[in-house]
Amino acid sequence: MNKYAIYLNSRRCIGCHGCELHCKTNKGLPVGPFLCEISHEPLKSVKGVPKTEFAFRSCRHCEDPFCVPVCPTGAMQKREDGIVFVEQEKCIGCMACAGACPWGIPQYNSESNKAVKCDYCMDRIDAGLKPACVTKCTTHALKLVTMQEL
Amino acid sequence: MRKSVWSMCGMCTVRCPIRVEVEDGAVKWIEGNQHLLKGALCAKGSAGPALVADQERPRQPLIRKGGRGAGRWEPVSWEFALDYVADKIRGIKERYGAQAILASSRGGPFQDVVKAFTHALGSPNYSNHDSSCGRNVHHASLSLFGLGRKGFIYDIKNARHLVLFGRNILASLRPAEVNQVMDMLDNGGRMTYVDVRQTLTGIKADNFFQVRPGTDYALALALIHELIKARAYDAGFVERYTTGFAELSAFVENCSAEWAAKECGVKEKNIHELVAQIGEDRPRVIFHPGWMLSRYRDSFYASRALNCLNALMGNIEIEGGLIFAKGPGDYGKKGVRSLADLSPKLTIPRADGVGEEYKHFEKGPGLFHLFYKAMATGKPYPIKGVICVRHDPFTCFPDPAAQKEALDNCDLLVSVDTHYSEFGWYSDVILPEATYLERDSMIAVQKGLKPRLIKRNKAIEPQSDTACLCTIIKGLARRLGLDEYFPFNNLQELWAWQLEPTGLGLQDFEQKGFVELAEKPVLFDREKLDGKFKTPSGKIEFSSQKLSECGFPSWKPYESPERPPKGQFRLVFGRSPIHAHGHTINNPLLNEMMPENSLWINSKAASRIGVNDGDMVDVSSGPVTSTVRARVTDFIHPEAVYTVHGFGRQIPLQTRAYHAGMSDQKLMVGQLQNMDPVGGGLNLCETFVSVRRSSKNPQRKVEL
Repeated sequence: MNKYAIYLNSRRCIGCHGCELHCKTNKGLPVGPFLCEISHEPLKSVKGVPKTEFAFRSCRHCEDPFCVPVCPTGAMQKREDGIVFVEQEKCIGCMACAGACPWGIPQYNSESNKAVKCDYCMDRIDAGLKPACVTKCTTHALKLVTMQEL
Repeated sequence: MRKSVWSMCGMCTVRCPIRVEVEDGAVKWIEGNQHLLKGALCAKGSAGPALVADQERPRQPLIRKGGRGAGRWEPVSWEFALDYVADKIRGIKERYGAQAILASSRGGPFQDVVKAFTHALGSPNYSNHDSSCGRNVHHASLSLFGLGRKGFIYDIKNARHLVLFGRNILASLRPAEVNQVMDMLDNGGRMTYVDVRQTLTGIKADNFFQVRPGTDYALALALIHELIKARAYDAGFVERYTTGFAELSAFVENCSAEWAAKECGVKEKNIHELVAQIGEDRPRVIFHPGWMLSRYRDSFYASRALNCLNALMGNIEIEGGLIFAKGPGDYGKKGVRSLADLSPKLTIPRADGVGEEYKHFEKGPGLFHLFYKAMATGKPYPIKGVICVRHDPFTCFPDPAAQKEALDNCDLLVSVDTHYSEFGWYSDVILPEATYLERDSMIAVQKGLKPRLIKRNKAIEPQSDTACLCTIIKGLARRLGLDEYFPFNNLQELWAWQLEPTGLGLQDFEQKGFVELAEKPVLFDREKLDGKFKTPSGKIEFSSQKLSECGFPSWKPYESPERPPKGQFRLVFGRSPIHAHGHTINNPLLNEMMPENSLWINSKAASRIGVNDGDMVDVSSGPVTSTVRARVTDFIHPEAVYTVHGFGRQIPLQTRAYHAGMSDQKLMVGQLQNMDPVGGGLNLCETFVSVRRSSKNPQRKVEL
């Protein structure tokens, strides 16, 4: 079972898109790939106030990911705690993973010529820290949730 | 091995406290200071390393070779550049007197060194950008409370209701303040938002008033009228601490909700509902008096009316209200030394007329746009040299073409900045400042509930031939024989000199990156606020003595704003959370997130002129036209079009920002001196523009 999830408290989210850059700069990504995304529906009037809610999207870290078996070099892997990640040394940048993923999550890094995707900043998690997007969220709207069996 | 450095962000002028991690001389991680921001940082803050790496900014001193603005630069050494500037200053001083030099910098804690330099030279003409920003709010606050706009802090977190007139507080993004707003909302507080369009802030509001542009003052007057009528104000506080309540009541007698509803184009019922809510929520209701309120010709009075509402609430010095900003002295502590205190006190009048022709304006930084008059006319005396430090007049003031005409009378234009500003591109010398991650800054005092001292430390060594501001100014001062006013050779010595009276040392900053000067926040005794209001009467002056002495009314009779002629729109502007006006447009990462702005236009108005969402439109005013993509929406008033400020830059070396989007200030033709005569702020939302579907929309496919 997946151990982690990232939850957005959309009441607190102000749509500043900070998380997208916190993620990008932590991974040292060039112009091009974004590993997470804040989006919103068009405004709708609720009791006279035009409103919308923000949604946060990144890799779903599927229980049974399509991207892992399709990877020809075994670079795409799923850890025991459920995190799906790319081992950069093994990746050849064929992007089969992106084709297999229904949401096109893996992105191409044009500087390293390899695939890159959200791995919940597993190096930070392993060091007892939170992912970049959660740590630096401007309004503390993003949370790292640890799942528990009931 | 990673090194951790406490510092202050410099991507915008909020200057958030940050912690930077550095490895092998490169910045690996930036987060908001955990002690103050719990890690929070905005997108701009994370994009700092991209600023450092950006090759499209000045990376060594440059001296102009061709004509002004031609973009031909000769790279020179710092020695050469500083000699050159010092020689030019000396020449101007000999020929016209030192007062012919004008220096302007960003306001805030680091202005001290620039101000000191100007005064040490012998010129009273130190200025900043504020006449295009908060001057109206500042003067309005002074006229009412005797305290400037930063004299109070807003305890938003503990408020029950926050009322915002055009203050897009969540997109303007001061992270500490934004978190206060979100905490207030989480605790069940209410928010009311008034604007000509819906914004990131407005979508979180409980009440939203989409008003006709330029009618804020009417709505504020109606709130005063209705709250007095409903006796929903703190009569005891008003009696004890204010003057002129009877006059105020008489003035708003005809400003009913019914009148304002018609004038602003909102529902009367909604105004009554808001008044009822305020009645329930008071005294913990904060009426934000505005931040950047250089907008309409009555913005000064609108801000004054909003602060009158605060006084009526009796929300002064209470939790959830306006709290006196406490400095070191309020806690019996000594503050840091200031360089400006060393420089000579000058008696020569300012060239912008502030203090002479305009006695009602606070001297401080004066009003920058008025210096253009002095440049053009030579009166009261000529201005021949302009030094702008991290200030881009061409981006913040209207009509750069008119500004250039005035500047052509000057012998020396110097830009000190981390990037090419539009002014810098037109100037004679660019002295490139190191980015905030590569420079140390003076120790700053931050007033607040608990005042603190904070310090920016460079995280990495400069990656190019750039220098920190204090070193640049010191270099000029040494060449001009002004060494005595700058008693330091490096930042370490400056810090030690600043800190000397406080008894603190640099080691005191090591634990948290700042030093708190109070253990616990203390509020003044609310029964003993006498003398805290620095007005002539010592009270909150609904009727201002100073204004009436200068021949101005305390409240201006309301005048309905002009409607735009057929086919034209009122141009309004604002900001997005991604960019800090013109500073960040060319930052590779921020540019990727928001490469250009758009023109918001009301759906019905757009359909009348045949514009669809996503069409390119030509936006024109007089001889200036900008082409930009239209964003057709129901959520803007039909009289207005809106754009994000800072785009439409014309510096060829900034390849990402070059001609991307439109510039509002270039369309404000003939508006450079259109000033609120009482508040001193420019009227930046008084331009009407024509909007047409552009010929740049493809009509045919003529390629293979």
